[in-house]
Amino acid sequence: MSESVLILGATSAIARGTATAFAARGDALYLASRDEEELRRISADLRLRYGVEVQYGLFDAEATDTHEAFFKSVVAAMPKLSGVVLAFGYLGDQQAARDFSTGAKIIASNFTGAVSILSYCANYLEPLKRGFIIGISSVAGDRGRQSNYVYGAAKGALSLYLQGLRNRLHPGGVRVITIKPGFVDTAMTYGLPGLFLVASPQSIGERIVASLGKSADIVYLPWFWRYIMLIIKHVPEVIFKRMKM
Amino acid sequence: MATLITPLSGWGRYPVQSCELQRPERYADLKPDAVNLIARGQGRAYGDAALNENGSVLLTERVNRFLEFDTEQGILRAEAGTTLAEILTVIVPKGWFLMVTPGTKFVSLGGCVAADVHGKNHHRDGSFSACVLSLQLILADGSRVMCSPSEKPELFWATVGGMGLTGIIGEVTIKLIKIQNAYVKVKHHAARDLEQMFHQMQDAAFDDHYTVAWIDCLANGAKLGRGVSMCGHHAELNEAPLGLKDGGKSKLSLGIPFDFPEFVLNPLSIAAFNGLYYQRAGAKREPFISNYNPFFYPLDAIGNWNRMYGKRGFVQYQCVIPDATAYDGMRQVLQALSDSRRSSFLAVLKRFGPQGKGLLSFPTSGYTLALDLPIRSPGLFALLNQLDETVLRHGGRIYLAKDARLSAESFRVMYPRYAEWLKIKNKVDPQNRFSSSLSRRLGIGEAA
Repeated sequence: MSESVLILGATSAIARGTATAFAARGDALYLASRDEEELRRISADLRLRYGVEVQYGLFDAEATDTHEAFFKSVVAAMPKLSGVVLAFGYLGDQQAARDFSTGAKIIASNFTGAVSILSYCANYLEPLKRGFIIGISSVAGDRGRQSNYVYGAAKGALSLYLQGLRNRLHPGGVRVITIKPGFVDTAMTYGLPGLFLVASPQSIGERIVASLGKSADIVYLPWFWRYIMLIIKHVPEVIFKRMKM
Repeated sequence: MATLITPLSGWGRYPVQSCELQRPERYADLKPDAVNLIARGQGRAYGDAALNENGSVLLTERVNRFLEFDTEQGILRAEAGTTLAEILTVIVPKGWFLMVTPGTKFVSLGGCVAADVHGKNHHRDGSFSACVLSLQLILADGSRVMCSPSEKPELFWATVGGMGLTGIIGEVTIKLIKIQNAYVKVKHHAARDLEQMFHQMQDAAFDDHYTVAWIDCLANGAKLGRGVSMCGHHAELNEAPLGLKDGGKSKLSLGIPFDFPEFVLNPLSIAAFNGLYYQRAGAKREPFISNYNPFFYPLDAIGNWNRMYGKRGFVQYQCVIPDATAYDGMRQVLQALSDSRRSSFLAVLKRFGPQGKGLLSFPTSGYTLALDLPIRSPGLFALLNQLDETVLRHGGRIYLAKDARLSAESFRVMYPRYAEWLKIKNKVDPQNRFSSSLSRRLGIGEAA
């Protein structure tokens, strides 16, 4: 049976890869982001390539007071809504550690905004006793590192939130999957030095959709990041604090 | 926007230059951020057309969205980074095909416009610009303008074939042609020498909607110019009772995983291959049905085929010589090549129809010959300069999308409409922000 999926933060490269993989299966989509021009372009593209129904609407993760009305409008437009992908996020820069105004934006987007919109999604799906919520977190949330720990803290908090949500929704039959991508070849990482084993956003998108057919709750993408992070998480703090990462 | 500084080359892998790459993902980021930049699609221009040594290169590969497809009228609008391969997978199952397509489908729409590419049907339908209904161009000042043969026509005709130097091509609307199925009816005709080849190419009995000839350019003496002409048309329902199903994925996808050592392609191995190919392809006297992929895109089945020519890369030399002098000129070009014992693995001859309105477009009424020449010694460049002289003497020109080594002086003689083009360039890009390694080498953008 085809799904009806809401993608939050639909204009990033990973979100586009994910939307493409859903559309290729024949699922209906509702794309949401702040960028109307991109929404229009991406939705036209998916419609023409895959012949699926694609709608879109404006959504601002940080404007939490708008989330309730936004979610109502999504359900009105797509009454069969059965899945949600949370794909928005904001990396910010190193400055965030020293300047709270940037840090606050990182937390508002990656964590507060996510909790806000997902609460509406969860309350909607829970009584349906089916469906899924896929949250795109990050390997950066597994351990704090000097290079991006505000972002990492926000993503780590999101991972914890998703874990709790999974615990709550599991008895009702709603899947909650946490995706932890490693390095993905997107505008966020383009040209950054020191990246390795960089995955394409298309392949990440395909694997995100494929995760629905598997049992894992926490999915590292590509798979080997599970082992990279296993090692990183197990470096004793007394050594880790001396490392340049 | 984040950038990546890296050595970059065209499809011929010569020259290699350090460029600063930008890769926008949003349409709004398709804008001239840098002081000096050139857009690049799939990097299938052979030489330095999409290189910008010590300048910026704007990759359009992620700006590749389909925007509109009118399946009744056969009109498609898409972003410039969309490839013809992607387009074919969408349009063929709906019974449409590209009106003009080059010999690879792994090119971007923007690249097709910028180089005003041609296909095997130029003698009938003209170059790519003939199927372009309109364009959206992003100018040096960041503004978006629409142009078409009727709206801002001067800008349109400066942009098609304009090698990306008038602005960033953002969106392209093209008209398609109707097909009954995904197949082509093909016929081969062997020609024992250049004279017979020319006779065949002028004879309607040997012509079809698509016509192209392969030349054995190692054949010498009496056999000089021998080859096989191949022609075909989209199969009618009664000719191929097969469907539109094949959306374009080649089943066999070989790849060249590493640079071939240079001894692999040498005059002897190529002569052996050519001799065999002449016998085999020429022996197919009966018409046959082919899927569109092997007919239009024979080399696309081999990934990275450019690595066959070895680490030092290769140059594709493509010239056109007007009808009146074509036979004589081609004879001299092939003779010089044959005498030099430089082997071209691939040599393709085809007939062009009348010149279009693109001011820097390559095709013009006559015959065009394309040669792939591996770079093995500096002597190659001396030979190519000699070929330029022959081409110039016969009133011909060189294809900029293939070029890596033409001189500015020769360019000016070969492209007499340059002065007219420059007037428009100066109007839309007075500071010459859109420039490439090719444009600087050829003095394009400088006073006529």
